Formats: sequence, structure tokens, C-alpha cells
Amino acid sequence: MTSLIENLRLAWEGVAANKMRALLTMLGIIIGIASVIGILTVGEGMSGSVTQNLGSLGANNINLYLQIKETPDGQLPLRMVYEPEDYITDPMLDALSQRYPGAILGISAMNYMFDGEGRRDGSTANVSVQGVNEGFFAVEGLKLAAGRTLNQRDMDRFREVAVVSDRLVANLFGGDVQAALGQNLRVYQGTESSPGSQVLNLTIVGVYQFQVTSASNTAESKIPTTLYIPLTTAKRMNGEPDGYTSLTIATAPDVDSTAFAQTAASFLNRYYERNESFQVSSFSMQSVVESMNAIMGSISLALSVIAGISLLVGGIGVMNIMLVSVTERTREIGTRKALGATNAQIRTQFVVESMIICFIGGILGLALGTAVGYVGSKLIAKVGYLPSTTSILISVGFSLAIGLFFGYYPANKAAKMDPIEALRYE
Amino acid sequence: MSTDKRTPIIQMRGIVKRFYIGQPNELEILHGIDLDVYPGEFVSIVGASGSGKSTLMNIIGALDRPTEGSYLLDGLAVDTADDLELSAIRNQKVGFVFQTFNLVPRINAQRNVELPMLYAGLSQTQRAARARELLEMVGMGERTSHLPNELSGGQKQRVAIARAMANDPAILLADEPTGALDSKTGRLVMDLFHKLNRENGKTIVLITHSQELARETDRILTMRDGLLDTKSEVTSA
Repeated sequence: MTSLIENLRLAWEGVAANKMRALLTMLGIIIGIASVIGILTVGEGMSGSVTQNLGSLGANNINLYLQIKETPDGQLPLRMVYEPEDYITDPMLDALSQRYPGAILGISAMNYMFDGEGRRDGSTANVSVQGVNEGFFAVEGLKLAAGRTLNQRDMDRFREVAVVSDRLVANLFGGDVQAALGQNLRVYQGTESSPGSQVLNLTIVGVYQFQVTSASNTAESKIPTTLYIPLTTAKRMNGEPDGYTSLTIATAPDVDSTAFAQTAASFLNRYYERNESFQVSSFSMQSVVESMNAIMGSISLALSVIAGISLLVGGIGVMNIMLVSVTERTREIGTRKALGATNAQIRTQFVVESMIICFIGGILGLALGTAVGYVGSKLIAKVGYLPSTTSILISVGFSLAIGLFFGYYPANKAAKMDPIEALRYE
Repeated sequence: MSTDKRTPIIQMRGIVKRFYIGQPNELEILHGIDLDVYPGEFVSIVGASGSGKSTLMNIIGALDRPTEGSYLLDGLAVDTADDLELSAIRNQKVGFVFQTFNLVPRINAQRNVELPMLYAGLSQTQRAARARELLEMVGMGERTSHLPNELSGGQKQRVAIARAMANDPAILLADEPTGALDSKTGRLVMDLFHKLNRENGKTIVLITHSQELARETDRILTMRDGLLDTKSEVTSA
């Protein structure tokens, strides 16, 4: 039998004889493979960016929050506004910590106040004011550039102190983070053109490193940054009672956070058995990441299937051209048979020819799809992604399979030709 | 003739060929052909079109099987061979030379000559050496890397003859080999056949409609209405 290299050479002679036609035939495969690879890569980029964004919020975090409780007959409760007795309290959380020692690394709670402007010597900085508890900084992993975070004493004494971003320091204090510590800062609700009623007079105790998390058309110095004040201070200003309507718990790395979210919610709900309006619900970041990834996965799979249809069309195109090629080369086939080529040798020649076309198409499609996927994921996810080894191997393997599948029928037609008829063919 | 005592290279007995068997238009082309061709002979088969000449040639060349009768080619039974065996017989025992040359257009002369050896499973180096040797022999040693469309008709036919000789077949089967050539180049091709017959002892069967060419051969067999007219056998000098 003829060797693999001989078969490749025989087939290559056939492809090379009609380069333009081969290239046009490949186009279907190129586009098909490129779209599958492009979609998979962009999809991977999207789920990667979701994982990263949610992960930066803490992959081991769980969220607990108050949720409206339906009445036994499925109606909404009569009361849907929080009363002081509805709030999740520190004693409840202490009980939870004691019941599951070591599971909880930290508890973070926050309370939004308002968007406004910090002003100093005619300069302004856009801020979003949040009240946070002392556990917030560790749980959210905020990096300090100078000073300290808010502590229990700030909470207990309702201090009017603030942890601000280094961007705000750049806008108002010329960027010297050390010099900003201890400085006074007035924060006004709203903007100068549409002012609100609240004004805070705060002392800066800490500066954190601001990280841009999403793209925005706003000029860099105008991007609003969060300004943190003690939760107790914020609640008193807002006239809210102690306790929380929602909070984040950082769990220890060895804890199954999805399961613990359930456990923690059922533990706390024992305090809400007689509450007719509210109960505690929970979710873990892990489960959010997982379900987002599952959604992304299904979307890319669905799109890939659609792109796969173009591969099918491409494959039919290959079959069509191979049939034309076999007919055109009838005489050559007759000659080869007269020279002693077996049916199997003729079949192999044409199958390999079709596989070469699809293989080259697959490689070109892979290159194109990689480029599309890289640019696409860079635009959508801000990070350029490359196709995984698995998708590279699958796409190359798949294009070879298309070549084999759609090349077989024409090749078999060639193999079964009667040499006498074939030699007589004009 | 002493050759007659040896084993024939082509031995046909009662060869019948029918087409469309079992259908209303069943057609018998060959009615029972007996033919012996001995090693080293140069015979010609002549006959008008429709005489069954082409059908006989296809059977001699193992392109087709007879409906009835037995055919041994260099000791191998063609009549009972399956497709795979027929391929092997064509590859090893028959060297075809066609009227229209039938070179594969997109590969060069050397590669064309290598084809039968490729299908025989010879290595690249063996094929290349043998192909160059054969092309030298037919006077095409300078044009081994030319593509068929860069060659004249006579040159193409010489490449085709080199290709037919590739696996040192038992017979050369030439179907109107000068039919597409002018008389001068046709003459050169015929001279080459004579040389191969004389110097290499090659057994040659020439199919032609030209009595003039046939008269150059050892023996003329005339096909007439599906039968070989043995009375017409002529032995030239």
C-alpha cells in the first residue's frame, strides 16, 4: 500500500492544481470554524470577566438580606416597610458566629446615604457616600494607601470620620495621601446646580486605593468614588434603627459557601418565625458565579450550534466541489486505474484531498476565529482571551471529520468508476 | 517457430463477451476467441470499428473480464480475478499506451512515470531512479521535470511508453499509439516499440486500424464481426 506521505502528496497535487477553487471551497469551513472559535472565545472571555468581577467581590462571600414573606395563601403581607423589630441585629449574628465557630471570617454591612460632592478650596470631587461597619474593609478587601480603616470606636461613638479614595485626594489635596489624613472635608449632597439638603463635615482618617472596575465615558477625574463613613453615623443621620436589612458574610475558605448560605439563612429565620412580613434570604457569590457561568455556557453553546450549521453548509460545499472535481478528472481516474491503482487507493486519494481542503480551511478559520475572539473578548471583557487547547483540538479535529464525511461520497464515486468508461470519457 | 513451443504469455480460449446480460438488448460482441501470444512477439490486432477490437483489447489489458472462456496472462487467470486482483494484474503485467497519451496533467514527466511504481508500493528512491532510467531510455532524460502541457505529442507518447514500462510488464498494450501524431513523430514512436521488442524482448500487442503499421509486426490478427480471423494471420519477415 502507498504510504501516508504518498497519499498526502497525491492529494496535495490535486488541491494545488486548482488553488483558487480550493480556497473558495475552504471559505465555508473557514467561516464556520472561525465563528465557532470566535463565539467560544468571546463566551469564555465573558464568563471569565463575570467570574473575575464577582470573584473580586469575594468568591467566598454570602449575602443575607430581608425578604418580604408571603402569607400562607400566597398574598403579600399587609406591611411592607421595615420596622425596628424587623432588622437583623448584632445579637443574632453573634449567635450565628457561636453556632458555627470558624465558619465566619467577617461580616460586612453597608448603608447608602447619597451621591454628592466633596469640596475644598474651589476644587470638587464626585463621591457616593456609604455608611459601612468595621468588618466591611476586610471582607471587601479594600487596600489602604494611608491611615486606617473605620473601627469599632468610630461606630460606638458615631464619629464623623471618613475613609476616602486616593482619587479624591488627588482632586482635593494634590495627591499627597499622608497630608490628607486628619484634614477636614465638607461633603454636599447633590451637585452645585441641584443641591440636596444634607451636608457632612468629616475628618479623613484613611485613604484607599481606588480601582476602576468598569469603563465609562466620564473624564477620569470626574469618576465618582465611594466615601466611607461609620455605619452608625450614617444610620443616625438617616434616622434608621440599629441592625441590618442586608449584609455580606465572608466565609472561611474551607467552608462550602453555597451550603452555608442556606444554613445561615435557616438559622436566622428562627428569629423570624413570628414575623408576618419579613424573613431572611441568602445567596452565595459562588452560586451566582456558577449560575452566570452556566448561562454564559448555554448561550455560547447555542450560538456555536448555529455557527456549526455554517460548518455543515461548508461541508456540503466541499462535497459539491469534490463531486465536480471527480467528474472533471474522470479520465485521470481511468488512467490511474489502468496503471494499477486499486479502488481503495483512488478513494483514499480523494478523501485525503477533501480532508486537506478542510484541514487548511480549519487552520485558517482557527486563525481568523482566534483574532475575532481576542478582539471581541478584549472589547467585551477588557481582557483578550485566546481559544483553549480543547477548542483548538476540537475544531481542527472537526474540520478533518467534515473532510472525511463529506469527501467520502465523491471519493467513493471515483473509486467505483469503471476504468473502461472512465478512459473513454471526454 | 521455436517460440511456439514455449508457454504463451497471452492464452485465450473461447472468449465470449456479452453486454446487458439478461436484458432485451443483450449484445454479444466477442463470439469465442482463441488467442496465443508468445514471449517476445510483436503482434498487431487490426479490424474495422465495431469489429470488437476495443472489447478484446479491454480484456487483454485486464480492464474487463470475459463473460465466458478462460484467459491466462503470464500465468495469471484474468477471467476469474476479482477487482483487486485485476488492479494488481494491470499494475504488474500490462503496460498501457493510449492514443491520447493520458498523462496526468498537473504532475511532471518523472512523476507520471513513477505512478505505476507508486501503486506497486515501491519506495521514493527506487521510483525516482527507475523513472529517470526509463526516461533516458526513451530519450526524455532532459525533460523529466516538464509538465505534460510543456511537451509535444511525440514527447508525451514517449513519456507514456516509459510509464508503461515502469513495472517491467509482461506485455505492452498499445491502442493506436500513433493515432494522434503526425507521420514523422509516429514513425519515431513505432521505432521505439521495435527497439523495445528487439532489444528488451518486450512482448507487444498493437491495436491499430492501419494495415501499414500492422505489416511491421510479427503477426497480424484481424478482428471481424467478433471473431479473430486466423486465416488472415501473416508473418512478416
